[in-house]
Amino acid sequence: MPLPYLPHTDADRREMLREIGVSSVEELFEDIPREFRNARFSVPAPLSELELKKELRRLANSNTNPDDYACFLGAGSYRHFIPSTVDHIIGRSEFYTAYTPYQAEVSQGTLQTVYEYQSLVCQLTGMEVSNAGMYDGSTSAAEAAMMACNMTGRSKVAVVATVHPTYRDVLHTYCRGKDLALVTLDAESGDLPPDCACLIIQQPNFFGYFEEMDARVQKAHDGGALVVAIVDPTSLGMFRPPGDYGVDITVGEAQPLGTPTNFGGPYLGIFACRKEYIRRMPGRIVGKTVDVDGRPGYVMTLVTREQYIRRERATSNICTSESLMALAATVYLATLGKAGLRQVAELCYHKAHYAADAISKLKGYSLAFDRPFFKEFAVNCPVPPSQVNKALLDQRIIGGLDISHLVDNSVLLCVTEMNTRQEIDRLVKTLGSL
Amino acid sequence: MKHHYLLPDISKPGRVGCTLPSLDVPEGSRPPEELLRQELELPEVSEVDLIRYFTALSKLNYGVDSGFYPLGSCTMKYNPKWHEDVAKLSGFAALHPWQPEEQVQGALRLMHELQEYLTEVTGMNATSLVPVAGAHGELAGLFMVKAYHQDRGHKGRTKILLTDSSHGTNPASVAMCGMETGVVASDDKGDLDLKSLDSMMNDEVAALTLTMPSTLGLFDPKIAEIARLVHERGGLLGGDGANLNALMGQAKLGELGFDYVQLNLHKTFSTPHGGGGPGSGPVCAMENLVEFLPTPLVAEEKGSYRFVAPTKSIGRIASFYGNFGVMVKAFAYARSLGPEELKRISEDAVLNANYLKEKLKPYYHLPYDRTCMHEVVFSGKKQKAKGVGTVDIAKRLLDYGLHPPTVYFPLIVSEALMTEPTETESKETLDEYIAAMKEIAGDAAENPDILHSAPHNTPVRRLDEAGAFRQLDVRWEMNGKKK
Repeated sequence: MPLPYLPHTDADRREMLREIGVSSVEELFEDIPREFRNARFSVPAPLSELELKKELRRLANSNTNPDDYACFLGAGSYRHFIPSTVDHIIGRSEFYTAYTPYQAEVSQGTLQTVYEYQSLVCQLTGMEVSNAGMYDGSTSAAEAAMMACNMTGRSKVAVVATVHPTYRDVLHTYCRGKDLALVTLDAESGDLPPDCACLIIQQPNFFGYFEEMDARVQKAHDGGALVVAIVDPTSLGMFRPPGDYGVDITVGEAQPLGTPTNFGGPYLGIFACRKEYIRRMPGRIVGKTVDVDGRPGYVMTLVTREQYIRRERATSNICTSESLMALAATVYLATLGKAGLRQVAELCYHKAHYAADAISKLKGYSLAFDRPFFKEFAVNCPVPPSQVNKALLDQRIIGGLDISHLVDNSVLLCVTEMNTRQEIDRLVKTLGSL
Repeated sequence: MKHHYLLPDISKPGRVGCTLPSLDVPEGSRPPEELLRQELELPEVSEVDLIRYFTALSKLNYGVDSGFYPLGSCTMKYNPKWHEDVAKLSGFAALHPWQPEEQVQGALRLMHELQEYLTEVTGMNATSLVPVAGAHGELAGLFMVKAYHQDRGHKGRTKILLTDSSHGTNPASVAMCGMETGVVASDDKGDLDLKSLDSMMNDEVAALTLTMPSTLGLFDPKIAEIARLVHERGGLLGGDGANLNALMGQAKLGELGFDYVQLNLHKTFSTPHGGGGPGSGPVCAMENLVEFLPTPLVAEEKGSYRFVAPTKSIGRIASFYGNFGVMVKAFAYARSLGPEELKRISEDAVLNANYLKEKLKPYYHLPYDRTCMHEVVFSGKKQKAKGVGTVDIAKRLLDYGLHPPTVYFPLIVSEALMTEPTETESKETLDEYIAAMKEIAGDAAENPDILHSAPHNTPVRRLDEAGAFRQLDVRWEMNGKKK
């Protein structure tokens, strides 16, 4: 099948071969030993754009689409309203078909928006400096652990048991890879073992409730450890930012800021820290400067931290990251602004509490934790959660995450501004009927 | 709107960028005061100002859709438009990663078919789609190497060999997995020096990692010998798949002797680079390493699909299953290509690079004068002798409306200009680039000032990078407040 993105005609190819001075294109592959050049590629026959669009629409439609249901899943991936401004800006091909801004003079669009992103993340988290973004929340947390070990010269990382289980899995992989010890601390215990490089704590935690931060931060600092906080950026529209409680490195999942749930990716990792640590930070950083005519402009800065200059002495191996998602977060935060982000956070808070109040009044149901929470809460159910979710699905409701392996007979429910009162009432009614 | 404006400059109290629903449930009790945020200083911008601001910024950018983008080792091929449309289908984009497997069979099937396709193209045994970028896949590969040797009780193998032409991510990844780097020299043809490898390949070495073809755009004809030597001495051969575009439909990395390879779907499989991501960096493994792949993989049984964890998996390396949105685009591309189309891609990519090589050879020093693969590395040595640096050549190209090649890399070529045209460029585009490069070579000899002062007609001119480093300004603050 002729391909629309292969512009050469046969005449072009012949002419170019002649200019090169070979008689066939095979001659250009002669460095590949002959014995390897008979490889058979058993891939399916090619399909046209029309056929593939149909096939992909069929595959997409065969999934249970949360947009057609009431969905109460969260646990690290959140359904939030995305204003159309986001898609229209990130859909401009000047942004999405560019690469890493190696040539600053023709990349000011990317560079200036990264500077905006860094600024917005700092405003939101109350931290002093931010990088241009990491892969996702979990790898941001792992990179923060690596950074803390490099800075303190220690090789033990402490993580609280209430941190998202998959984040702890990723931490485990990275720590094992780098021969670092990973210690898991009891949910309620504030005590850190000696010689930890850092304490990693999530606010609000995996179960949705708020940790008591000030005392834990103080204790960690007393023991010479840094504090890494994992935050939900939406919660910061209403709740205390980590910069206020003395955190050294703030990480988090920025998917809620303008990126769809995407079956788990692409997402975006927040990474922000104290200014004095900026030279130890992983990832790209954009700085403001001037050109030879004195006009303001932006460049990648502190590049000596990065792998293409320092190679094995770099602060991380990260190169390609999630730049377009950082642009989405920038447009999202700029669109919602001061009032909008606060309103989204308040909608989540009040709707989640409305749902929790109603569910906790149902016979056989109770909240697993009696603690202040934001938009997620764990519920003890009278029947196994798998059975609950099956009944909910019959009513076109995608229920919460089954966390029975962590808390007996419990689901983790998430309510955001996407859930209407009718949806919540339907959820409560169905639960009550079990 | 002035182009140096930032969001705070177009912000005024009371402006909003979108509407939101009002609360439709009774207000809950207020959370404890000590948990609440006192102030939140974010810009307040109207929708129209916001759209104009970001549209103006987009116009300062250069992408593949703007023109020729021969950034070496980055494979800046054209990104078909319809791929963007299918990735946005709500039956894909709205899927939640915690939905039970029976609700997401279509998504799992797509992932499974992509796994199979990549496994076949690389000639390996299994693929994990989890890594979200090339360097992430590379790190996963090294974690696998480490786990493999530990599993066999070979704790002493703590060194990774790589070549002096390798990508910067390679040694950085080695450091992240707590191992040491050993650098194997290249020979005078640009290939790996077998004697150097022979002397270094001992029982402390866990693996040799190679980019094939190399970052010099050269295929090492001794690949079978290299693989044999590494394997005989108990090591593994790892692949950096950044340059797979040259081998599509021609040869399989598994047959060449590689034990694993990490791919870059945002290079070879045509998904857009996004200004620096999202990417996707699947890792493919031969039988000996399959059980160590990062979890999860998608398995199929009687037409139904589910996630599985390899028995000795290195574990999770990301929150979920990889960049699914990127996989949809790569799948769309892969299914547009049968065996013949795969082959034509590498043929045209290699043809284009050799055409540039022959046409520009009289004007720029060619350190390795032999048939190249998908990219060609020139040196600006001749021009440097006249006081014109490769940076000046690159900046002058911007005046022609062309994106420069990768410069000053690989490190073993002085004043390097690493040029990868890709298969999606027409002869006319290549001829335009050749004409510009010829003129630049002429100016370098006769009118060097025009290169030193370039670029002249870009949105900004050369920027003071040293100044940015000395006086760090990495954010604005609202209302001019300083901490």
